[in-house]
Amino acid sequence: MTLNGWAQITLVLAAIIAAAIPLGRYIAALAEGRVRWLRPVEALFYRAGGIDPTAEQGWRAYAVAMLAVNAMGFLLLYLILRLQGALPLNPRGFEGLSPWLAFNTAVSFVANTNWQAYSGEAAISYFSQMAGLAVQNFLSASTGIALALAVSRAFARGSVGSLGNFWADFVRITLYVLLPLALVVGLVFVALGIPQTFADYVTATTLEGGEQLIPLGPAAFQIAIKHLGTNGGGFFGVNSLHPFEGPGALVTGIQIWAQAVIPFALCVTFGHLVRDARQGRTLLLVMLGFVVAATAAIYAAEAAGTPIMASLGVDLAQGNMEGKEVRFGLALAALFTATTTGASCGAVNAMFSSFTPLGGMVPLFLIQLGEVLPGGVGSGLYGILIFALLAVFVAGLMVGRTPEYLGKKVQAREIKLAMLAVLVLPATILGFTAVSMVLPMATASLAHAGPHGLTEMLYAYTSAAGNNGSAFGGLTADTPWLNTTLGIAMLLGRFAYVVPVMAIAGSLAGKVKTPEGSGTLPTHGPLFAGLLAGVILILGGLQFLPSLALGPLAEHFVMLAGKTF
Amino acid sequence: MTGILRPAATTVVLFTALLGLAAPAAMTGIAGAVFPAQAGGSLLVRDGQVIGSELIGQAFADARYFHPRPSAAGSGYDASAAAASQQGPTSAKLADAVRERVAAAGLQPVPADAVTASGSGLDPHISPENAARQVPRIAAARNLPEARVLGLLQEHTEGREFGLLGEPRVNVLRLNMALDALR
Repeated sequence: MTLNGWAQITLVLAAIIAAAIPLGRYIAALAEGRVRWLRPVEALFYRAGGIDPTAEQGWRAYAVAMLAVNAMGFLLLYLILRLQGALPLNPRGFEGLSPWLAFNTAVSFVANTNWQAYSGEAAISYFSQMAGLAVQNFLSASTGIALALAVSRAFARGSVGSLGNFWADFVRITLYVLLPLALVVGLVFVALGIPQTFADYVTATTLEGGEQLIPLGPAAFQIAIKHLGTNGGGFFGVNSLHPFEGPGALVTGIQIWAQAVIPFALCVTFGHLVRDARQGRTLLLVMLGFVVAATAAIYAAEAAGTPIMASLGVDLAQGNMEGKEVRFGLALAALFTATTTGASCGAVNAMFSSFTPLGGMVPLFLIQLGEVLPGGVGSGLYGILIFALLAVFVAGLMVGRTPEYLGKKVQAREIKLAMLAVLVLPATILGFTAVSMVLPMATASLAHAGPHGLTEMLYAYTSAAGNNGSAFGGLTADTPWLNTTLGIAMLLGRFAYVVPVMAIAGSLAGKVKTPEGSGTLPTHGPLFAGLLAGVILILGGLQFLPSLALGPLAEHFVMLAGKTF
Repeated sequence: MTGILRPAATTVVLFTALLGLAAPAAMTGIAGAVFPAQAGGSLLVRDGQVIGSELIGQAFADARYFHPRPSAAGSGYDASAAAASQQGPTSAKLADAVRERVAAAGLQPVPADAVTASGSGLDPHISPENAARQVPRIAAARNLPEARVLGLLQEHTEGREFGLLGEPRVNVLRLNMALDALR
């Protein structure tokens, strides 16, 4: 680790927080219907859909509308991927995807996961990229933010029972937040070297006389929303490592900024909506604390390199360089990795499979903690609010008092639903991993023997269920078994989680706001932050420790003993 | 049911037209007008022929050229098959490959980037330390004084972006083009 490295990390984090505060206020104003500069465009959507944007919806109506638009998005994307051979803007003449792969990919993009069992430049047409995949990058992000706004309203309102209007939230977030940001960031990306063209791939004659086929495409705009929407699905197969997807250190810095700014901003939005900025600030600082700690852990592990490399005669001054690019450096690779896995983005600018065992364990553990640090756009906020409810519940148990959060009594129904949501992750991840490790047709996909092989499989289901979408390389994911089960894991991680969350929101929205008394546990400040962090670590993380002990931790000690597989 | 299906269908279709067609088309138009070189892939042209992209690494085996990092993209620097080795820290395959590369690289210890594959397989850069070790070989093969090659290397060594971001590096293709242009 170097001082310069930490200066890079500090600068990017400062830029994220500096932008998150005004952006969070803007989204709060939007949620309250005070931002209307694109009214005519908005009206077009309402007229075409027969939507009354002022009609209030209860949690069921809100959730059903959300599920309907996602089902429709899935259907359209599945059709585009299957039929791409007959669709325009396909200069390489790519055929439609297999049903397994099209199912997996469509689920993946609708569920804001962007797990990719294909390589973009070798299988996906320009049309499928922009009109299929990129559209879902926007819409899955809007879905997450809309849900976060609905859940925020449950705490902001007293005994109303309604959570806003899904259609209005969904249309406004897309038009007023995501599209303008993506246009600006996309243009900056072009200026810094990311291609944006409909021209066919170019064949170059290299200096030594060889041929090199260089893929192109309308990449910059899609890559902008890929980060802003914490989607993470690369235009090119190797994601932000590709020199066209991550041409330099500034681009990678902007990508880190883009994938973390909205999740952090939504904490500020929450504080504004509940009329108590301290509440949002506390959540934000807990998230930030985890990101900094994770970055430090990854940076330290990767900068140290491995004793096996040293014994082979490699100079460890550059750290562990296998799977990393010279232009980014280790500091930005560490911060990128911590934010992309903490934020449920899943883009990568370094290959986790080649990380040191401990460096590779951090991104895995960050996803397992529930994707709330800072989490995906929207899903991070409603996820950490679930942990906040559990934290006040735990505190309430200690003193024997009915817990409250922001004046809302948290009772048996809410806690049962919260536990139901929180248990989706371990059940899905550990269940599927355990089954796959004894199925020959699943283990045939592994690239490594020894503990690294277990980590590959564990990471795949963790990434899918956590809706992260990053890959721990190596694993051959395009098989019927993995395409199907990873697809199911993505669906469970997104929708089986969100329905209980919406039920909690509906239940809380109907409750009166009790005024704060002398016995009320303050849910801001260092005491609560510590409690919340503890609950996230213990409730979110503990059940995964045995699997981590068998995977990355075992590999660490095997590595220290100098053993290879 | 139609109360839900109609808004869901119209919203998805309208957004596909706006976000999937109109916006990227507009972006492509603006990008092509304002930043034509970058939008088209930062291609390098010599004597009317595309010889590569400034951003994409190329394979070099000739002793007269600076050599890039090992690559796992196809048979090496295949830009249509970008890939990492994906080998883990306890992989015997990786250890064997690195042992072989270290043996070929001469004096130990060897800079890490010289014997490890990048994550894209298309890394256009090498570290200045890696490049400096190659200077004597190139000077001998080209019959040039070492100081001349070293001077050229120093000219082509880029510092951190804005003096802060990333790491110092050398673009191998650009440096090799400059070598060819020497007389």
